[in-house]
Amino acid sequence: MYAQMVKTDADRVKSLDEMEPVERAFQQRIDAGEKIEPKEWMPEGYRKTLVRQISQHAHSEVVGQLPEGNWITRAPTLERKAILLAKVQDEAGHGLYLYCAAETLGVSRDDLYEQLLAGRAKYSSIFNYPTLTWADIGAIGWLVDGAAIMNQVQLQKTSYGPYSRAMIRICKEESFHQRQGYEIMSVLASGTEEQKAMAQDALDRWWWPSLMMFGPNDADSAHSAESMKWKIKRESNDELRQRFVDRTVQQAETIGLTVPDPDLKWNEERGHYDFGPIDWDEFWNVVKGNGPCNRDRMKARREAHENGRWVREAAAAHAAKKAARKTAA
Amino acid sequence: MTAIVVEGCDLRLEFLLRMGDNCLVLGHRLSEWCGHTPVLEEDIAIANVSLDLVGQTQLWLGLAGEVEEKGHSADNLAYLRDAGGFRNFLLVEQPNGSYGQTLMRQFLFDAWHYFMLRRLEHSSDKRIAEIAEKAVKEVTYHLERSTDLVIRLGDGTPESRAFMQEALEMLWPYTGQMFDADSLDDAAIASGLMPDLADIRPDWDTQVNRVLKAATLQVPKEAWLHKVGARSVHTEHLGYILADMQFLQRSYPGATW
Ligand SMILES: [Fe+2]
Ligand SMILES: [Fe+2]
Repeated sequence: MYAQMVKTDADRVKSLDEMEPVERAFQQRIDAGEKIEPKEWMPEGYRKTLVRQISQHAHSEVVGQLPEGNWITRAPTLERKAILLAKVQDEAGHGLYLYCAAETLGVSRDDLYEQLLAGRAKYSSIFNYPTLTWADIGAIGWLVDGAAIMNQVQLQKTSYGPYSRAMIRICKEESFHQRQGYEIMSVLASGTEEQKAMAQDALDRWWWPSLMMFGPNDADSAHSAESMKWKIKRESNDELRQRFVDRTVQQAETIGLTVPDPDLKWNEERGHYDFGPIDWDEFWNVVKGNGPCNRDRMKARREAHENGRWVREAAAAHAAKKAARKTAA
Repeated sequence: MTAIVVEGCDLRLEFLLRMGDNCLVLGHRLSEWCGHTPVLEEDIAIANVSLDLVGQTQLWLGLAGEVEEKGHSADNLAYLRDAGGFRNFLLVEQPNGSYGQTLMRQFLFDAWHYFMLRRLEHSSDKRIAEIAEKAVKEVTYHLERSTDLVIRLGDGTPESRAFMQEALEMLWPYTGQMFDADSLDDAAIASGLMPDLADIRPDWDTQVNRVLKAATLQVPKEAWLHKVGARSVHTEHLGYILADMQFLQRSYPGATW
């Protein structure tokens, strides 16, 4: 997901009996469905896990501007350009809310951002794939924002108040993005032969990376149990992935596109689609920095940051001068 | 409304293209910054200005298409004219350069745009007045923002002042064109379609001088201004903008998107 690989510090989950009274009281509040607010006591592990998850999510929004930004200047109509600009702008806004939510946990946005630029923080693997045609803009909205929604809908109920509230705000915009992306795809799919081929090609390239967004299979997801106990995460990777497949396969059929998976089959008994194995080698490679665009994405972020240094310093210097003049007057 | 034709051009159409193309080209330039600005808040703010200008383009070029009566939509005009058909100022097609250069370009244009639109609200042409009335609300904010940023970055650090002074010197020669009325402007002014550029000039001068002074920047002393020919003649930069912008429409003629 936007936060695919969130480590927790525990090897195993403690039972209530093993906890100190203050921690037990905390867990009981979580179990009762209460929200935890910034100034309240929380286990250090809870705080750290949240910082990792929220900051990964924020970084993903910020890096996520790049693949779509790649097509803004080439958007085919004024309306498409405006919609895409507004979408990428929303993603920057999501980054901002999320950094703010992270800051309520006693970390600074600047420090978190430095970690990203230094290559010490992760962001979603999906943004390391290239946008090669206009149809990729449709595919991202449809599949990537679509997958993000699956995850973020459950995060609206996450136990940490500021994160939950950020998610409620963000989810509304993400579902708008998803619809716009799907609309781009359906226009292409019903367009000329070339446009239809463009749409199918985009689906072929984005399908599997979108499934990888949900993170490793539950059996290989060592850190999920604690996040579930704390209700930071409410549903497992595989549950969310299945829901995404079930919904998306039907959407593809509706517009006459084919999901690139020969093993895809409706399973009457399960009431779900069965789907083929995910190439986890590819996933781990991308996570480790060896995806098609990891280096480009990080280079773009670093350059923006470095080229903008004088602007940020000037703004700070001007504010200081203004404050000094005010005191003198 | 009967067309006023001067030198073979429909005055109204020509005027609408001039307004629309400025918005189109500058909005495009700003959109190039998306995801690459110095700080997240600026990504959001610059996208806002770009979005406003794209929206204004749709209004101006939409009306231009109606006036032209050849069945062209705003998109047709934006995506299917070659550089020689564009009527924007050379200022707005200049490359983004540093963030300071982008903001300086914005400020110099916003000041013109704002005073132009304020007067266009009283245009003899009702449709034009309506668009101006809508656009001026957005452009008021654009000018406030670029004014504020030019002052902050000019009067920031020695390094930032140097960036801003360099930007000013680079862009200043293109400002003359904004007040250099050609025969079509003169006819449009005479007909009451647009205000006299000579009336806008003092307002622009006052605003620009006040802001540059607060920004501790110097107007280039013996400023030479580009002698600009016909509005159809551009710098080398416009062709590349169009190569990007028009790529899909040109590569897949007749497709809908
Ligand atoms: Fe987002
Ligand atoms: Fe989104």
